[in-house]
Amino acid sequence: MAQASAVTKASVSGGQNLTRVLGQFAPLIFLFVLVVIFAIATEGRFLNPLNVFNVLRQVSIVGLMAIGMTFVILTGGIDLSVGSILAVAGMVAAIVVKGTNQNTLSLDTSEVQGFGVGTALLAAILVGILVGFLHGTVITRLGIPAFVVTLGGLTIWRGVTLILSNGGPISGFNPDYRYWGQGLIELPWLTEMVQARVPIGVPIPVIIFLLFAVLAHIMLRYTRYGRHIYAVGGNKEAARLSGLNVQRLTLSVYIIMGFFAGLAGFVLSARLNSSEAVAGIGSELDVIAAVVIGGTSLFGGEGNVLGTVIGALLIGVLINGLVMLNVSSYIQQIIIGVIIILAVAFDRYIKSRRR
Amino acid sequence: MTQPLLQMTHIVKQFPGVRAVDDVAFTVMPGEVHGLLGENGAGKSTLLKILSGAHQPDAGSIRLNGTEIQLSNPFEAQRKGIVTIYQEFNLVPQLTIAENVFIGREPTSGVLLKWGEMARQTRDLTDRLGISLDPMTQVRDLSVAEQQMVEIARALSMQSKLIIMDEPTSALSDKEVDLLFNIIRELKKQGLGIIFVTHRLEEVMEICDRITVLRDGHNAGEADVKDIGIPDIIRMMVGRAVDDLYAGQHKQHTRQAALSVHGITRRGNAQDAAAIVLNDISFEVYKGEILGLAGLVGAGRTEIARAIFGADPYDSGEVRVEGQSVRIKSPEDAIRHGIGLVPEDRKQQALFLALAIRQNMSIAALGKLLQWGTFVRESQESKLIDEYRQMLNVRMTSPEQLVSNLSGGNQQKVVIARWLALQPRVLIVDEPTRGIDVGAKAEVHALLHQMADQGIAVIMISSELPEILGMSDRIITIREGKLTGEILRADATEEKLMQMMTLARALVS
Ligand SMILES: Nc1ncnc2c1ncn2[C@@H]1O[C@H](COP(=O)(O)OP(=O)(O)OP(=O)(O)O)[C@@H](O)[C@H]1O
Ligand SMILES: [Mg+2]
Repeated sequence: MAQASAVTKASVSGGQNLTRVLGQFAPLIFLFVLVVIFAIATEGRFLNPLNVFNVLRQVSIVGLMAIGMTFVILTGGIDLSVGSILAVAGMVAAIVVKGTNQNTLSLDTSEVQGFGVGTALLAAILVGILVGFLHGTVITRLGIPAFVVTLGGLTIWRGVTLILSNGGPISGFNPDYRYWGQGLIELPWLTEMVQARVPIGVPIPVIIFLLFAVLAHIMLRYTRYGRHIYAVGGNKEAARLSGLNVQRLTLSVYIIMGFFAGLAGFVLSARLNSSEAVAGIGSELDVIAAVVIGGTSLFGGEGNVLGTVIGALLIGVLINGLVMLNVSSYIQQIIIGVIIILAVAFDRYIKSRRR
Repeated sequence: MTQPLLQMTHIVKQFPGVRAVDDVAFTVMPGEVHGLLGENGAGKSTLLKILSGAHQPDAGSIRLNGTEIQLSNPFEAQRKGIVTIYQEFNLVPQLTIAENVFIGREPTSGVLLKWGEMARQTRDLTDRLGISLDPMTQVRDLSVAEQQMVEIARALSMQSKLIIMDEPTSALSDKEVDLLFNIIRELKKQGLGIIFVTHRLEEVMEICDRITVLRDGHNAGEADVKDIGIPDIIRMMVGRAVDDLYAGQHKQHTRQAALSVHGITRRGNAQDAAAIVLNDISFEVYKGEILGLAGLVGAGRTEIARAIFGADPYDSGEVRVEGQSVRIKSPEDAIRHGIGLVPEDRKQQALFLALAIRQNMSIAALGKLLQWGTFVRESQESKLIDEYRQMLNVRMTSPEQLVSNLSGGNQQKVVIARWLALQPRVLIVDEPTRGIDVGAKAEVHALLHQMADQGIAVIMISSELPEILGMSDRIITIREGKLTGEILRADATEEKLMQMMTLARALVS
């Protein structure tokens, strides 16, 4: 019968299977090639565990925000304000933990009494969530494009940060606070193996980053919420007619974005031992680049968090490798731009072969 | 014997997991309307995409007027005189008819457009087609049918020899179909070849000279239309005889109203805020009943469905589900009250084209597949998908296949499955068999009967009167936003229905 002959015809040829597998890992292949190139060009210095963890630590700030951005872009939205959210959240965390917005490096710390580190972390995250909620509400209730709303947010929250901080940085935190950005889970065997003079280990920001990456992946891949996000990005009208609350789902991704930007702001402040009013300026570009390099479509409905993690790593590796090779920072920028375009082109090519 | 206009031989096209076209031969003579027929997924669109340069064949040769040609892209095919009228039109809505006809080939003097020249030539073309449209009208103000005419005018302006029409009638009203057929006859007289794809076999009998039938990517027969009848075509398409399309039956329905609508009124549409879209609509549907909703295209059938389903707001009126007054403000509310809607436009309103069959089929019913209220149980989901794949005979390779790679009819089946999976109390189906082949049509009809048997109230909107007459227990008609009559199936005929759809209530009763 018709059924049976359709089945016998359904033979999958090996070549097509290969491109299908490749398609899923296009950004990963790209990353791998880069690592190999840098490893050879630096005669192995690039792969030194100290350097590897250094790259990872740098990546985790952009990476955390890129996880949130993946949710936003999957729905077909965008958030240009992440750098400013990061700054305002980091600033609030600093003020909460110090109990003042004066730069207390010069102050006797016993004069003012701040709150605990947990409270500071919570405050940073709450600020992020609140900002995301505001953006999402304006976008969904007033129907103003996300691009415009978050472009406005970009300058608004930067301004708020400057007011909060009187323009200057707030620096010099207690060790508990700094631990969140500078701490390590030590790996003594590794330290011994490479006979390093300082203890080597997995930086705390990296652990936070990977933890949330896994969590976000599970959310997007295995839950109803995740299915709904893809549906909203794929076809808003069809999503609505399938009974999804498109407005609420759209709002939710800006809140998630705010959460991640707030968390990243706290971690960055801890790592630098300073909350700067200029923190994260321009970082929205790195964040969006990481998501797009990772294969997520700016039109929405296509992509995943694993790709984003790889995209963030790719940018981090690139910057670090070029610095190690003493490439001038002007040329670095050109190379990074070219690689971003190449990576996305490669991804698109492989995907089109898969169709 | 005259030389064939088009001769395709040994054409092969392999997609991942399926050989869509397998050693197919296809010949069109000049001045011939050639029907290309077959079940959903038989390979019709794929063959035509090869002919229009959108797909590259893996093997085979194409000859146009005896010379072998290569078509590496749609532009090249156009230049050689092969033009496709796409289902989704390629017109620029903000531009005028004249600009659209000449887009990319505008007559100019220096850098300036020769507007007068363009308008004159466009008018010549529309005259040739026997239609009257002002060349300076913006395309966005045209109906679907008129847009199609513009596409045809553009095809003519390119000196085409062969015009491909893939399911051109599926979105047209009966009157518009007649108009299109007149145009096709006109083109035929001028010696063009026309390839015509449809699932409405009456249309084949009316307009086609010859047919080629595909089955599972192979040639399954070729014939002169004058030598055969519809049952022969069906046998060629399906490989067996299909019994009466509307043979199924369901039990006598109950007298319990599943859904009742009282005085629904909606004012205002995009063009005219004062227009009355729905005027005091009241009716009920019983559990286990199939209620036909008939009317001309644009009469307000879809608007009724969307109002009940919460897709559009309405100004006044009340909806009751099983006697309980409910306030439905969104599709989400409607689904919570057990109402489902299969919308009329599957691409715009139903499908997630970038996603796989899995995500498309289960999206509305996910609530039933959850573990701990959040996680989708994929194994259970796969079972569900498999169940509906078999029930609706969906031609697919795996649940992970992208829905955009399915043939049009199989996409429609995926949409229907989405709503069946929800097991609603009331299911509204808007043109449920649009683009579906005869075999599948009978299957969908049988399924609707089955649902009625399970006590579901079904409201069916259809532009095909035989379908309305064949399926419904009771039929209500609507004209210009107002109900104009109600009739039991036993009393209904096509003539009576036509009258109710076109005349005001006073004249009918
Ligand atoms: N781009 C693609 N990738 C993979 N498979 C495809 C692709 N396009 C079509 N197919 C498959 O090829 C087969 C033939 O599809 P095609 O669209 O030609 O059918 P059709 O005869 O036009 O059906 P319908 O009447 O439903 O429109 C189907 O099984 C379909 O799933
Ligand atoms: Mg088709």
